[in-house]
Amino acid sequence: MAATVTADPKLGKSVREAFGIALAKLGESRPDVVVIDGDVHNSTRTDFFEKKFPDRFFNVGIAESDLIGIAGGLASCGKAAWASTFATFIICNAYDQLRMSVAFPNLDVKVVGTHAGISIGEDGPSQMGIEDVSLACSLPNFTVVVPADEISTGHAVEALAKIKTPAYLRAGRPNVPIIYKPDTPYALGKATTLRDGKDLTIIANGLMVAAALDAAEQLAAKGKQARVLDMHTVKPLDDAAVLAAARETGKIVVAEEHLLHGGLGSVVAMSVVRQHPVPMRFVGINDTFAESGTPDELLKKYGLTAADIVREAQELLR
Amino acid sequence: MSSTPSLADLKTKARTVRKAIITSTTTAGSGHPTSSLSGVEVAVALYFGGVMHYDPKNPHLPGRDRFILSKGHAAPLLYAVLAEAGYFSRDLLPTLRKLGSPLEGHPNMRKLAGVEASTGSLGQGLSLGIGHALAARLDQLDYRTYVMLGDGEIEEGQVWEAAMAAHKFKLDNLCAIVDQNGYQQTGPTEKVMDMKPLAPRWEAFGWNAIEINGNDIGEVLPALQKAATLKGQPTVIVSRTVKGWPIQDLIGPDKNHHGKPLTVEQEKAALAFLDA
Repeated sequence: MAATVTADPKLGKSVREAFGIALAKLGESRPDVVVIDGDVHNSTRTDFFEKKFPDRFFNVGIAESDLIGIAGGLASCGKAAWASTFATFIICNAYDQLRMSVAFPNLDVKVVGTHAGISIGEDGPSQMGIEDVSLACSLPNFTVVVPADEISTGHAVEALAKIKTPAYLRAGRPNVPIIYKPDTPYALGKATTLRDGKDLTIIANGLMVAAALDAAEQLAAKGKQARVLDMHTVKPLDDAAVLAAARETGKIVVAEEHLLHGGLGSVVAMSVVRQHPVPMRFVGINDTFAESGTPDELLKKYGLTAADIVREAQELLR
Repeated sequence: MSSTPSLADLKTKARTVRKAIITSTTTAGSGHPTSSLSGVEVAVALYFGGVMHYDPKNPHLPGRDRFILSKGHAAPLLYAVLAEAGYFSRDLLPTLRKLGSPLEGHPNMRKLAGVEASTGSLGQGLSLGIGHALAARLDQLDYRTYVMLGDGEIEEGQVWEAAMAAHKFKLDNLCAIVDQNGYQQTGPTEKVMDMKPLAPRWEAFGWNAIEINGNDIGEVLPALQKAATLKGQPTVIVSRTVKGWPIQDLIGPDKNHHGKPLTVEQEKAALAFLDA
């Protein structure tokens, strides 16, 4: 029985900032870590690493394809290469390079896409990575991680640094609630049970974890107990946690700040269907681009709030 | 490997490599022999002319010089040279492109020692080479990285992103070779996408450029030696070659003959020509 966790209403750091801090810290113990950025290091926060280790930081300009290729070359020589720029650019612009120069040769390149999702707000759809998780999952050999808060982001960076294979780390732009306690268990590839319940399970990642916890509180007020899983690792998926959720709660809602096609919902649905089919509902971006607006306006308009999770849960519980 | 053989020795080696390219692709029934044949002198000079330092018994030696075949479809050339260099048995060459063989249709670094990069999606090798060259600097090693590109391949935008970055980082330990054989899949390169004049383009990107007849080992070897002495910026060798050299006239009027092996009859004639 996991302790009941609620999202701290006071916002913590953004995932990108937590990533930047963790990466700079990693550089202290790991002289093999090198960082390559596409001239947005003051946005991705790899500038924290750059300031401490300028010799191991490479700004390759606005050239994502070359960025990933250079990372692959460095990794071929035994470096732990961390490559970062905005999620949609690093995944979409450099997809063939990720496929051919990283995934296929199975090199130690950690790809970090910041400004993922629609919560970047005013900059609008050209800057919003809403397909990155799906595409990253389609790269063989890749691990794919979507952290929810600053504490779990630190855990994720540490855990990813220990594996010698490629990975994609998704990082959002806005400050997000702190969810994890310093002693909350975290393991790559294992869902974190943030709240237990018997009536249904809400599986979420990224900033939808806080929304899921909020939704669980609202459902509890209506007498329904929701289990909440932070499915931070999308690949490899924690099939055991999915199976347990299906068997023990019988209903699953998946919530993600990503296109529904190919994202967490699709991956979890395949796992459910393979193991123990149960009714499911999905909260995500429904085959559309977003637009400019404030993050909160956009999350509301595109259906990515606690209220949306509650509505889907109530459909399942009816 | 680091001793300097005579030009006659290198010509003999080039002949051996050419025969292996022709027979391995004809045996496979597919592949890119003509794209491989144009680059033979450069690869032979690198591996057997005392230019590159390497140890086939220790293929991951940190200080080894690197050769990245960015035009991965010329894999038969790479395989023939690596076999001659002693990375693996020549007996493997006839397994080219067969199920279970490490000699895949395009190079796979995870399957064959001596292959420095998995290539075949054109345009990516020079960026990988920059990674190797930057790693040399970080590790304070004096190895050099050579990247062979096709003249069709350099239509890929990534090549020019890499050209800019190599200049920015002043990678004089990096040498690109453009195998300018004049053809790409559907026809002459200058008709598909005219990239001439090649050398001034690279110079405009901040590179030293050396133009040579790339099928004359007597020009290739000194160019590679000179490139190693040029400091402060990367060097490109624009290697003018003939696709299919020197058996291009034995395979019919199609001067391109792209992605097609020689027939058994053509193979026989080509081998006889090379032995003559």
